[in-house]
Amino acid sequence: MLKMNSDLALLAPAKPFSEYLPIQFDGVHLSFGKHHIFSNLTLEIGAQGITAIMGPNGAGKSLILRLLAGLLMPEQGSVRFNTLSRVPRDQIGFVFQRPVLLRRSVQDNLLHALAIAGVERGQRPFRADALLELGGMQHLAKSPARKLSGGEQQRLTLLRALAAKPGLLILDEPSASLDPQATALIENIVLRASQCGVKVIVVTHDQGQAARLSDEVMFVHKGRVHAIQATHEFLKTPASREAKAYLAGELLI
Amino acid sequence: MTKKIRLVTALLATGLFAQAHAADKFIIVQSTTSTQNSGLFDHLLPAFKAETGIEVRVVAVGTGQALKNAQNCDGDVVLVHAKAAEEKFVADGYGVKRLDVMYNDFVVVGPGNDPAGVAGSKEVVKSFKAIADKQALFASRGDDSGTHKKEQQLWKAANVDVKAASGKWYRETGSGMGATLNTGVGMGAYVLADRASWIAFGNKGNFKIAVEGDPTLFNQYGVIAVNPAKCPNVKTDLGNTFVNWLVSPKGQATIAGFKQNGQSLFFPNAGK
Amino acid sequence: MQDFSLAFVQAFTLIGQADPTLIDIIALSLQVTFTAVSIACLLGFPIGAALAIGRFPGRMLLVVFLNSLMGLPPVVVGLVIYLFLSAAGPLGFLQLLYTPTAMVIAQVVLVTPIVAALARQVIEDLYGEYDEMLRAMNASRIQTICTLIVDARYSLLTSALAGLGRALAEVGAVIIVGGNIANVTRVMTTTIALETSKGELALALGLGIILIVLSILINAGLFLLKNSAQKRAYA
Repeated sequence: MLKMNSDLALLAPAKPFSEYLPIQFDGVHLSFGKHHIFSNLTLEIGAQGITAIMGPNGAGKSLILRLLAGLLMPEQGSVRFNTLSRVPRDQIGFVFQRPVLLRRSVQDNLLHALAIAGVERGQRPFRADALLELGGMQHLAKSPARKLSGGEQQRLTLLRALAAKPGLLILDEPSASLDPQATALIENIVLRASQCGVKVIVVTHDQGQAARLSDEVMFVHKGRVHAIQATHEFLKTPASREAKAYLAGELLI
Repeated sequence: MTKKIRLVTALLATGLFAQAHAADKFIIVQSTTSTQNSGLFDHLLPAFKAETGIEVRVVAVGTGQALKNAQNCDGDVVLVHAKAAEEKFVADGYGVKRLDVMYNDFVVVGPGNDPAGVAGSKEVVKSFKAIADKQALFASRGDDSGTHKKEQQLWKAANVDVKAASGKWYRETGSGMGATLNTGVGMGAYVLADRASWIAFGNKGNFKIAVEGDPTLFNQYGVIAVNPAKCPNVKTDLGNTFVNWLVSPKGQATIAGFKQNGQSLFFPNAGK
Repeated sequence: MQDFSLAFVQAFTLIGQADPTLIDIIALSLQVTFTAVSIACLLGFPIGAALAIGRFPGRMLLVVFLNSLMGLPPVVVGLVIYLFLSAAGPLGFLQLLYTPTAMVIAQVVLVTPIVAALARQVIEDLYGEYDEMLRAMNASRIQTICTLIVDARYSLLTSALAGLGRALAEVGAVIIVGGNIANVTRVMTTTIALETSKGELALALGLGIILIVLSILINAGLFLLKNSAQKRAYA
């Protein structure tokens, strides 16, 4: 909480994302070749705070994230953000499952992101330093980004995603291959961002993570949304049969 | 890093531009490779520059290309050795006037073992006939140059149809004098060359002069100023200075003074 | 075979004497080549990058065409540029014929396709890796191109070296547009051609040896530069 003021300056989005809520998918169709992933997909995300998306592999979770981010377009149907059909892309920060970093130093990666985000040249070094401090990575500023450990790299991509002060932060299994300590560092940053008003949507398999981070969970199975519940409810008494089986670790067919 | 590279590039580029337009007093002379390879220009041009301050830039190519370049107005003066072609150049209006400058002669060079048995002959047409009869290898320039035209006249006088023999004992290199001599020496073939080129040539192997001294082997050089009527950008004054100098007693003496191994390569004959 | 040993002797003698004419010729060779390659890179890298990330109908045709341009015959390029720069040609008023600038122009035409085609391949490979990340960051086309060029800089250096090799070794184009004029447009390769035509084979070979050594030195120098830069930066 001590960090609140500096956090706000660093992370609070220029426009509160509540203006773009609710997010609504309506009759979305998406296929790859002959494979229909989504047919007539409908969902709604209405609340601020952190939404977790859970479900077995192949359910289409990553694709939902990409549709949200505008990286993929639906073949039919619509993705709407309140009254708008799209959010300006610079309002969205995306963290991929596997970190892709430029062949440059840690600091240069952040400076690059700030430059692309249109931050004024003089401001960039300060913002980069502040982000590094947020991530506890100041001592790594000049290190080659690709030489960092997996946890450090992923943390860097999270800091990079926050560089442009996005209103929406999307994370695709951000700590899938990380140890508990690295995971905790990532979660800490996500929570602080959320506290500054950033809407967060995170795909995760980790029930503990869902419990620690999210306010609500959306369960996706075979291209359909089965339920959206408050997290503690979902984890104790999931609404659908499939969700129950999933949480128990049983094979879902 | 990128900024540094750009700066260096800009400097280089301007440096080159500056170099290109630095010497304002210069003319371009279209001449032949054989004339240049003889070393005449290295001897002649410094003397001319010392006297007039004019730099002469020689573009040495084949005779045909030299005349064509001059027709395109890419030269101020032409100095070649193909009288008929030169006279046509003037008649067609591309040149002002053709003046004799100097002459040398052609020689036939051949391998030391002299397969056609023509060594020591002073009759070139007869020797050509002998080469054809014995089907001894002969390397021709085949490039429509002054030398090549001379060679064709000799074959005609000897009543030999070389076209039919092309690729057999008669080899057309389609190249300049030096390249043809290289090829000839390489394959042991006779070559018709101008004496100056032969004397200056560095790859003689076991080759010697086989035939020389025949009056038919006379090789006349002519100089022509490019016509400003057809080429408005030609440097007429500077070009004329060069032409006049070449045929003046001073220029003629300089030409005569050019020797290699104690031998004169060119014989001045302006106005004769 | 005698020419070979003589050639080495000639090469060492020329270098040892620091023959001023030779030094001028080497200096001009380097000036023309480096200028041409620099310009070719300034043009070729963005063209290659644009082609690498572009998605439009006929793109593959353009890629094939660009690759084919790598095989442009130097003597043909020289002839075409001569026709343009000739006093009788459309650009005759620039009076660039028989100047080092004309030689630079000819080499730029020859080297740019090489640099662009190789850059395209290098950047296309990198683009596959960075594409989604850059789109997620909402990078514009130009920003994407700049990012890729900077990140691919070491591979692009190799493309530049390929272009440098071509330019340094080329004679067909520069001899036509430059005219091989002593002290003005005579470079290493045209001098070698000249000495060969004079039958001075040992001298020509000697100059050839010097040219090769020069090329090795340049490549070695750039290699060391790249290595030290890489050590200071990253993989």
